Amino acid sequence: MSLAVPSDLEKEIDDRITHYPVSKRSAVLPVLHLLQHHFGYLSEDAVEWTAAKLELEPIKVLEVVTFYPGFRQEAPGKYHIRVCRTLSCAMAGSYELMDSLCEKTGIDRSGVTHHHPIAVSADGKFSIEFAECLASCGFGPVCMVNDDFHEAVTDIDGLLSQYSK
Amino acid sequence: MSGISYKSGREPHAKEHRVVFRNVDRKGWDTSIKSYLAEGGYEQWKKALKMPRQAIIDEVKKAGLRGRGGAGFPCGVKWGFIPPNNTKPVYLICNADESEPGTFKDRYILHQDPHQLVEGMAIACFAVGASLSYIYIREEFPEAAKIVEKAIAEAHEKGFLGKNIQGSGFDLEIYVHRGAGAYICGEETGLIESLEGKRPYPRIKPPYFPAAMGLYLCPTIVNNVETLCHVKHILEIGADAWSKTGTPNNTGTRILCVSGDVQKPGYFEVEVGKVTMGEVINDLCGGLKPGRTLKAVIPGGSSAKVLRADEVFTVGRGDDARKLTIWDIPMDFDTLAACGSMAGSGGVIVIDDSRSISWVLNNINNFYAHESCGQCTPCREGSLWMKKITDRVVAGKASPTDIDTLYGVAKNIDGRTICAFGEACSWPTESFVEKFRDELVSDTRPELEGAIVNAETLTAAAGL
Repeated sequence: MSLAVPSDLEKEIDDRITHYPVSKRSAVLPVLHLLQHHFGYLSEDAVEWTAAKLELEPIKVLEVVTFYPGFRQEAPGKYHIRVCRTLSCAMAGSYELMDSLCEKTGIDRSGVTHHHPIAVSADGKFSIEFAECLASCGFGPVCMVNDDFHEAVTDIDGLLSQYSK
Repeated sequence: MSGISYKSGREPHAKEHRVVFRNVDRKGWDTSIKSYLAEGGYEQWKKALKMPRQAIIDEVKKAGLRGRGGAGFPCGVKWGFIPPNNTKPVYLICNADESEPGTFKDRYILHQDPHQLVEGMAIACFAVGASLSYIYIREEFPEAAKIVEKAIAEAHEKGFLGKNIQGSGFDLEIYVHRGAGAYICGEETGLIESLEGKRPYPRIKPPYFPAAMGLYLCPTIVNNVETLCHVKHILEIGADAWSKTGTPNNTGTRILCVSGDVQKPGYFEVEVGKVTMGEVINDLCGGLKPGRTLKAVIPGGSSAKVLRADEVFTVGRGDDARKLTIWDIPMDFDTLAACGSMAGSGGVIVIDDSRSISWVLNNINNFYAHESCGQCTPCREGSLWMKKITDRVVAGKASPTDIDTLYGVAKNIDGRTICAFGEACSWPTESFVEKFRDELVSDTRPELEGAIVNAETLTAAAGL
């Protein structure tokens, strides 16, 4: 196993595990979140590291990673964009927002499939995917960039300029 | 509510009655415990700790509080399902997985008034005897998770959580648990599986009723964010006063979230049943867009059956029977059910005459096909076929009989699955086909009857 988990991250993970005094297995999601936040995605090593940490068979972790749309097995861009695809946002123009964002960031989504929903720009700066309902239906179209939330997105240049570095 | 002012442009509408949303968009308000304590925060928690547990449950039952997450089940009755002879630990989970399309209310409670939720949860935990509790927050609310964790830490520091709270002998820990982007985790047994670190496959009921066999197979109560906030207010003013708001059997206030084709979409806390659909659209939301007419409304999140603008609904029985147009429907649980739909999660999606029904239904079908957990065959296969058929309709590659096939697929999911997702995914298609068949058929091409239009269909047909 070759996952280099920094000691402060491991300490944070150990602390999270204490939130589940009845069953360590309950900590699968939070541990994966912390690893994904640090490494950008969940590699095979991350799955095995988590399994060893929680004393589980790796398949018990992998089946979680492959089920939840919030976990990624491939590296995203430095800034990962999630555009809400669902009805209210679509009525407010989220498909058009997706097209514009792809055009401005030079992302080609033609290879996107159900199992590979993320497309990355050639320079690795941006990646993008459609997300299902982000729960701000009154103020669409809505998107997230990493952990930042943006409502009623009309100024796309203004949005992207916040992530220019 | 004297003395409270709201941020400019975010003032509540005159027809609102703010209780749970009292502090949302409030000027000078922040999420600190200092703000909360200055307004009598945690006083109800202190009061509850001195009450007999059954008295709290009875008060919530008497108030008639119905769950605000979707099913509208009476909260106090749910609490009462914990077996009386139980010797196992009891858990309480707050369902903050808000993900029913059209619903965006819990987000504001989590982001702007987290202590209200923590206090409501604490009271509920004490009432049902839970000393370990989780808030399941959807992954797409990272900021909310941080805010709620800070609120929990503050409450700990002030002695409202932890060991021997306020000298009562009662211990309570509340932790935030973040989801990972799956709609099915809003289903309470799916949520429990997820909290156990597994794929969120819903459990079959019976025997797995959470109140008897929930988290770690122990009695578990799962309540929505808004529901738990109401518990605090019921204790504050008493069940009698609380249930004077709203209408009989539909008591209290609830938050309506309106999106789609209106001038001013947004969130509105109103007395249940005291405003009509017409008032919601025309008053709260400033009416339809200029020059547009109403085509349809989805009244309670995208799973709710669609209402057509020109329908006439007969509600009530015998001498009480009356006819309602869509504009007259009071926004409550019972009337919307009598109109053949549901109040659900309070997410109202307004659709005007500029929209293609085929496109709307296809968008909804895409959602459910993506979110089916895959455990039950009718739902896993059916939700995908409904999407594929409406994909064809939208692409102009469907034949008229495809609409009958679509309807048949939906009818074969409904009632044949472990959890209510089966109904949630089939009701949109069932109701859209029943009410808008002509429009759907008009988007198909009779000359394609019997034709195999793509390789995928050919493969499937050969397999069958």
